[in-house]
Formats: sequence, C-alpha cells, structure tokens
Amino acid sequence: MTAPPTADHAAPARPVPVPRGYRFELVKLVSQWRIRLLVLACWIVPAVFVVGVSAQSTLPSDTLFGRWMHATGWAGPLVVLGFAGTWALPLLTSVVAGDVFAAEDRLGTWRHLLVVVRSARRIFVAKTLASLTVILLLVAGLACSSTVGGLLAVGDQPLVGLDGHLLAPSDAAVRVLLAWVAVLAPTLALAGIGLLGSVTLGRSPMGLLLPAVVALAMQLAQMLPLPLVVRLALPGYAFIAWNGLFTSPEQVGPLLIGVAVSLAWAVTATVLAHVLFLRRDFTDAGYDGSGRRAVAAGLLPLVGLVAVSAAVIAPATGVSGSGIEQDKVQRSLATAFAHLYRMQTEQLHRPHVTEAQLRATAACDKGSDKVAVQGPGNDWRCVVSWHLPGVEATGTAVYQLDVTSDGRFVADGDGPKEVNGYFLVRTPTGDAPNPLWQFDGNVELLPTSKG
Amino acid sequence: MDAVLAVRARGITKCFGDVVALDGVDLDVTRGQIHGLVGPNGAGKTTLLGLMLGLAVADGGALEILGVPVGRALSAVDGVAGFVDGPGLYPSMTARRNLAALASLRGRDARTAGIEEVLCEVGLRDVADDRVRGFSLGMRQRLGLAAALLTRPRLLVLDEPSNGLDPSGTRHVHRVLNRLAADGTSVVLSSHRMDDVEALCSEVTILATGRVVFSGPLTELAAGNSDLDYRLRTSDPEAARRLAAMTDGVRVVADGGTRYGDEVLVVRASVPALDRLVSGVVRSDIAVRELAPVVSPLEAAFLALTEQQERQDQREEHEHRAQRERQEAGR
Repeated sequence: MTAPPTADHAAPARPVPVPRGYRFELVKLVSQWRIRLLVLACWIVPAVFVVGVSAQSTLPSDTLFGRWMHATGWAGPLVVLGFAGTWALPLLTSVVAGDVFAAEDRLGTWRHLLVVVRSARRIFVAKTLASLTVILLLVAGLACSSTVGGLLAVGDQPLVGLDGHLLAPSDAAVRVLLAWVAVLAPTLALAGIGLLGSVTLGRSPMGLLLPAVVALAMQLAQMLPLPLVVRLALPGYAFIAWNGLFTSPEQVGPLLIGVAVSLAWAVTATVLAHVLFLRRDFTDAGYDGSGRRAVAAGLLPLVGLVAVSAAVIAPATGVSGSGIEQDKVQRSLATAFAHLYRMQTEQLHRPHVTEAQLRATAACDKGSDKVAVQGPGNDWRCVVSWHLPGVEATGTAVYQLDVTSDGRFVADGDGPKEVNGYFLVRTPTGDAPNPLWQFDGNVELLPTSKG
Repeated sequence: MDAVLAVRARGITKCFGDVVALDGVDLDVTRGQIHGLVGPNGAGKTTLLGLMLGLAVADGGALEILGVPVGRALSAVDGVAGFVDGPGLYPSMTARRNLAALASLRGRDARTAGIEEVLCEVGLRDVADDRVRGFSLGMRQRLGLAAALLTRPRLLVLDEPSNGLDPSGTRHVHRVLNRLAADGTSVVLSSHRMDDVEALCSEVTILATGRVVFSGPLTELAAGNSDLDYRLRTSDPEAARRLAAMTDGVRVVADGGTRYGDEVLVVRASVPALDRLVSGVVRSDIAVRELAPVVSPLEAAFLALTEQQERQDQREEHEHRAQRERQEAGR
C-alpha cells in the first residue's frame, strides 16, 4: 500500500530568465555555419566590392551615388546601402528571423525547449532578441565594411549631395551613419514579418521566404505609379527615404514617416507573432503551420495597418497624387544645376561664382501636350537658364529627365557640349568627369519644405 | 509499507479535438522505482508523459508530480526532466557544446556542471567534441539522457529511450537508469521493447486506446497470465516430447520443431504444469539445456490485454452503431 505523496521540497519550476535564454539562442544561431558565413560575408564582401568597383573605370552610375565612387570614399557605403535595401537586407532577415522559430520545428526540439525553459513567452522574447542581435551584427558589418573599403580605396573627400551641394567629409560621415541607422527601421519591420512567418508557417519554406517575398512586393509597389500616400504607408519606403538626408535642406518628412511606418510594422508583426506563438499547441510534433491562420491572424492585420497608416498620413501631410509636380521638378533641377555649375567652374579655374549669382531656373515639360506635367516618367525635358555676373546673355542647357516614382531623377545633359553635352571637361590639369553631363537629383515629394 | 509517490494520477483525461487520447487514467509511480509504460501506437503513452513534463494540461482529473498538484496552466515541476518524441539536440553543436549550453541555460557553470561525468556515464566521452549532426539515433538517445542527467532529476520521464540503441548502448542506458533508481530517482519510461521493460522495470502500466488495462508489478502480470509457449532444449528431444505429451496441462506445439529445429521442443503450459514437466524430465535423467518462453510473459500479457481491449472497443462501437441504426429506423 502506498501512502499519500509528500511535497518532498518540490515546487513548480521557475522559468529560465530571459538573459540566459537569450544567450542560449545566440549560441544556437552562431553555431550554424550559414550564420557564421553570413556574418563573415557582411563584414568582408562590401569592403572588397567597394575597393574593386572604385578601382574600375566604369562606375555603377545607375545606383545612387555610384557615379561619385571615384570622387569620395563616402559614396561606397551609400551604394552598398542602396543594394542592401533592395536585396541584401530582405534576404538576411529571411535567413535569420524567418528561420528562428521554424528551425525548432525542423529539428523537433520544441518540447525539449519548453521542458528546459518552462515559459513559451520567454522563449519568444529570447529568440526575438537573439535574431535581432544577429541582424544588427550583419547590418553593422555591411555599413562598417563598405565605409572602410571606401575610405581605404578612395579617401575621405567631400561628397556631392543629391542637390549637387558639397558635403564636407565630417558632414558626409554623419549622414552616412544616419542613413544606415534609418534603414534599421524597415529592416526591423522585415524581421517582424520574418518572425511572424516563422511562427505561423512552421516548417513550411514560405515561412523562411516571407520577408524576401514581402520586400519584393514592396519594391514592386514602389515602382508602380501608386498614390504617394499608399507608398508612404508601406514599410519599404524607408529603404529609399534616406535619400532626403543628402539634400540641403534635408527632406526629413518622408524619412520620418517611413521610419514611423516601419516601426509600426515591426511592432505589429512581432506582437502578432507573439500572440500566435503563445496560442500554439506544442503537442503537435508535425506542425506545418496553417494557411488560414496565417491569413486571418497575420496578413489581414497588416493590410489593416496599411489602410490605417494611409488614413493617418493623407490628412497629416496634405499629399495627393504622386507628389511629383512640375514646379518641384523645376526647383530641384535648378538647385542641383547651380551647385554643380559652381563645381564645374572651380574645375575649369574660372572666376568664382555663387549659386545666388547664377539665379538658375528650369522650365520643364513632360511628354506631349496630351500628358499632364506631373508624375514619374522618362519623358521629362527641361531647359535650365542661368546668369553669370557681368554677362548680359542668359545661359541655357537642355536636360532629359528620368524621374522615378520615389522622386529620384537622373538628369542627362543634352547640350550645349561645352556645358553639359559631353561626359568630360578639359581642365588645366587634363580631362575630368563633367559634373553637369549626368547627375542624380531628388524631388521632394511632400509639400513641407522648399528645396 | 509506506512509500512516497513520485507520480499520482487520478482520472486523467485528455482530448485533442474529437480524439480521446487519455480516458480516466489512474497511475501511481513509486519513488525510486523504474516504471514502464507500454501500449500499442496511439495508446496515449506520449500524451501521458507530456503531462508529466508539463508540456500539456489534462482536461480532467488530478495529477500530482513529486507531491505538487499540477494546475490547469502549462507548467512543469522542479526536479522533473526527460524527453518525449526523441531528445531535443542541436545538430550544429558538438555533444559537449549541447550540454554546456543547457547547463548555462539553467544558470550553472559549464565547467562545474558535471558534463564530463554524464558523458562518461552514457558512454559518449570519446565523441564529445563531434557534432551531433553525425550521431546515430542511439547516440542521440544517450546524449538526450545525459542532458536530462545534468539536471539531477528526481523524476526522469523518457519516451522510447531504447530506440536505436546497440547492445553496448543499451547496457550503458540500463546501468544509468538502475543507478538513478538506486539513488532514489523515479523513472517513467515508455517502450515498445518488452525485453527492456522486463529488464529494467519493477512496475508496469499497460495502456490501450487511452485506458489503463493493467498497472502493477511485473510479477503480478506474469502470474496472472495463463498458458504460455516455452522453448525446451534437452539432451534427448524424443524422450522429452513423450514426457510432455503425458504431462497434465502441457501441450506440444506442432510446428515448434519447424521453427527452432528438431532438438527444440515447444510446449504450451501454465507455470505449474511446466514445473511438473521439468521435474519429470530431470527425473528421467534427461539434461535440460535451455528453457525459455517463446514470447516473454510481459509481451504475452501485453498482446492479450491490448487485443482484449481492442475487441471490447470494437464491440462497444458496434453496439453504439446498432443502437443508432435502431433509433433511426424507429423514427
């Protein structure tokens, strides 16, 4: 016969503290070869890329700041940032955050982990923090490596901003740093989506791919002629909104909105992942996620967030349409031209002239008469006019503009040859790239500040 | 005799949707004993072990683990360790790193957590610095046991710990479990290997379709069982066959020679009848070279009880269906 049991000093087990769980998750992540390779790649490849490209005669002029890679080391990290926002960061977040929960499904270790940690909530927090740490390490690697590569290969020279004005090296350094910090927000949003996919879809490969798929969809949306308010309400906008840091004055409105929207996505997706994780039945060892639950509890709230964001942004900014209007394009082009004309003047050792003296203006038209003079397109044609002190005649130069829906434009000089019609200028020390031949610019989309 | 129960379950029920995994399960596991949980696939063994580990909560009934009542929220009791559905190990880490990570997760210094000792105990010291990715199933099982040992548990819950073990691995695991039981740790293990259960367990619970069909000492199970088939190898098989045919309660199984060769006689008998046969054989100056059950008593009992339960379940289902049909016909 057995007697009633006695407590025997037993008690409900206390959950493992989050810092210990965090360290455990970090150890698990870092023990994976693919994570180690990614860390190594992010800390080495950008430097090699920037050094290699800077040594070539052909520059990636289709990438923002690519055409300045010979001129300053600060262009390198910005070129890498543009590439990272498009490809690297979505893929990195996919591999790390998109797999952090699914890996336990794949290995069949959930039950073991729950027995050891004794708190699903703490497991979630530890896993989230560990994956974010690795993602931050990867982003830091991309930023530091590309900066070091640029500075070693080219040097610490001034950077030409998106409105043509020169940024001193120290100023450029601060803005490069801010740009990389700004893209942390959309990266966190993708990480949140990765966590949500990883929790919701279990071992399904879609969980792993979700951040990359979402990022691709966002990029497509940014390329489409959608109303600006919709594009601002998507978290991917912050991947391009850092452009505004390189104008004078800075176009911080879109950047702040992009960062706020991205952070809202990051928080919402992470909270949804948390709720779904706590509701999960861990006794089902063959869990493969549920498509219906992914749509109902994952997708729909995020679609709702886009609608709410758009509803808040529209009245707050007063923006309508694409945000690309004739007077804004003219103003941006004239400003950039004036700054770059001054640069060309210095290259050619001509008498010093200021932007104010130039009084540059632009007159732009778009397509035929049947097309409204607004919105993105490669059919913008502009004539820039300027004045030189003591010269009565007005100088004019023609540009073809390709304006994309994010406000970025490439101005392609159409003559006269002495001003903007040829890619080289003859300086007293030899031929040099003509800053007025082709240049990048940025149209401020929000009606908040004057360029 | 007074004894402390490590596990006390009364009327435990657990359902997953329409599926009844556990149906009014009672279970007592005495402290310091190895308790076997056997049953066919889907009998509810893993579910019951999961409840003990705090992985799930029973829908009904009362469960006490190490004297602590388990509530309705997911929670485990301090001093319980083990695994269900295989040990949770991380293939990208070495065996030693897996254990070190677990030790530090529990707030212990990996250098003083006893990692070397437990690796040695389960016979994995030589491969401690190999990645778990290359481990066989048996090695993983032993490493899972080592991980559980690190916590110095008072109740060890193991789901199929003998899966994939070679004879050497089996010996290591048996030695460890016996040592733990001798030190006062209670062990509850499920297994499909009856030889393991017989070698290790003093008590056994047989589950079938979520219900307990037997729970008690192994000896009681063997004694309660009726006729079994025994393999008898003697120095004079023909004489032994004649004696068997003349002994009351002993029947010679016709195809025994086909299965085991002419030297072996297979007889079906109860334990007392077998005793009479052996006495007669020895009195006739015939040497007994081997006497063993063809199927172990536990396995025989397991098959008999589970088949009986399944037949009963089928009968009940059939009756339900017939009743429904009668009701529908009456409308």
